[in-house]
Amino acid sequence: MSQSRYDRAITVFSPDGHLFQVEYALEAVRKGTTAVGIRGKNVIVLAVEKKSVAKLQEARTVRKMCLLDKHVCLAFAGLTADARVLVNRARVECQSYRLTVEDAPSVDYITRYIANLQQRYTQSGGVRPFGISTLIIGFDTDGTPRLFQTDPSGTFSEWKANAIGRNSKTIVEFLEKNYFKIMDESPEEEDEKTSVKLAIRALLEVVEGSHNNIEVAVMVPEKGLKMLESTTIQQYIDQIEEEKAAAEEARRTSGPTVTTSSRG
Amino acid sequence: MDSVIALVGKDFVLSAADTSNARSVIVMKDDVDKIMELDSHKTLAMGGEPGDFVQFTEYIQKNLHLYEFQTGLQLSTHAVANFIRGELARLIREAPVLANLLLGGFDEVSGPCLYYIDYLGTLEKLDYTAQGYASFFILGTLDRYYQKDITLEQGIELMKRCIQQLGKRFVINQRNFIMKVVDKDGVRQINFE
Repeated sequence: MSQSRYDRAITVFSPDGHLFQVEYALEAVRKGTTAVGIRGKNVIVLAVEKKSVAKLQEARTVRKMCLLDKHVCLAFAGLTADARVLVNRARVECQSYRLTVEDAPSVDYITRYIANLQQRYTQSGGVRPFGISTLIIGFDTDGTPRLFQTDPSGTFSEWKANAIGRNSKTIVEFLEKNYFKIMDESPEEEDEKTSVKLAIRALLEVVEGSHNNIEVAVMVPEKGLKMLESTTIQQYIDQIEEEKAAAEEARRTSGPTVTTSSRG
Repeated sequence: MDSVIALVGKDFVLSAADTSNARSVIVMKDDVDKIMELDSHKTLAMGGEPGDFVQFTEYIQKNLHLYEFQTGLQLSTHAVANFIRGELARLIREAPVLANLLLGGFDEVSGPCLYYIDYLGTLEKLDYTAQGYASFFILGTLDRYYQKDITLEQGIELMKRCIQQLGKRFVINQRNFIMKVVDKDGVRQINFE
């Protein structure tokens, strides 16, 4: 019996309850460039891996993070072309929402809208699912920072810190180990710095570290999105490398047993 | 019955509008802001049917914001004027909207610009103008005293003169006016006595 019959139309389940096209879409996400989101106390940070652009290409035409509204930003992993469509639909909805209710849409609302759209593309005929997962960051009207994730099946979830795309599992494990330790120790006024550093540190777990292939965006209430300069990013990277080296040094001198770390 | 006035100065556009919302012989409200900030460097002063112009200008504003998010660029004053005109020309054949507008804007390329747009879809680039009954009373004042390249202080003085003229001759007593200026730094409200 050939499985391919359940492969054709996405609206058809396979006998063991799978929607193959949705799972293939998730595979496209796993191949996509990595994106990390970190929620601080009063700030949210997105860090993404930037594909190296060709020598003659205009680098500014490549966008991995898109502003949906003044207070909401989206990063994605997966097919860029699909993301463009989704982002455009979300932007129209944001303005449409403002026109009808005279209020800024909440991050939760936009996430639901995007997830709903993604879900519809798993259930109607003649379409294929969006090959992207998204991280949606933003602030509610009361100033609370929010971080959501959506995936091709249309599920969405809220996080303190999360990653999508290639090797995201490694990053999530890293964050699970370090998020509370680092964020709880950080003083209130260092909030932004700590969050940015954690985001870059997490991304460096799976990305070759240089300011050329990392892009960082910071969001604070009422100020909109701020992209970090590549020199600033390099400073963070240098600082992280130093700390790592120092930690390694300390471990070597203190204990007789030298454990070799998988990442230096 | 709305009084909407605007003029272009050396490096700014100054708009003024009364703040009353009246229906037949009753004043409903006396603190309506009829000068909308379309985006960081554009004002839209409005008159006409209150329901219509509020609805219509918000629709325009949201479309401009959408354009900014989609392209990362801000439309020029000229482009916005033509967009508004197009929408009004379309709407008057479908579901007429009674909105008379004065669009003021400042952009890098053309500097300060003022456009007169009415509900029929008329579009005219002017140095000074007014909408509604007010124009009967104050176009004369503006013709007499307006000069090209006036400073903001002179502009405000001239605007006050227009408002005085309205107070003197217009049968409807409009108690309050609001004034807004747009220049290279954006839009701000002018306080005047």
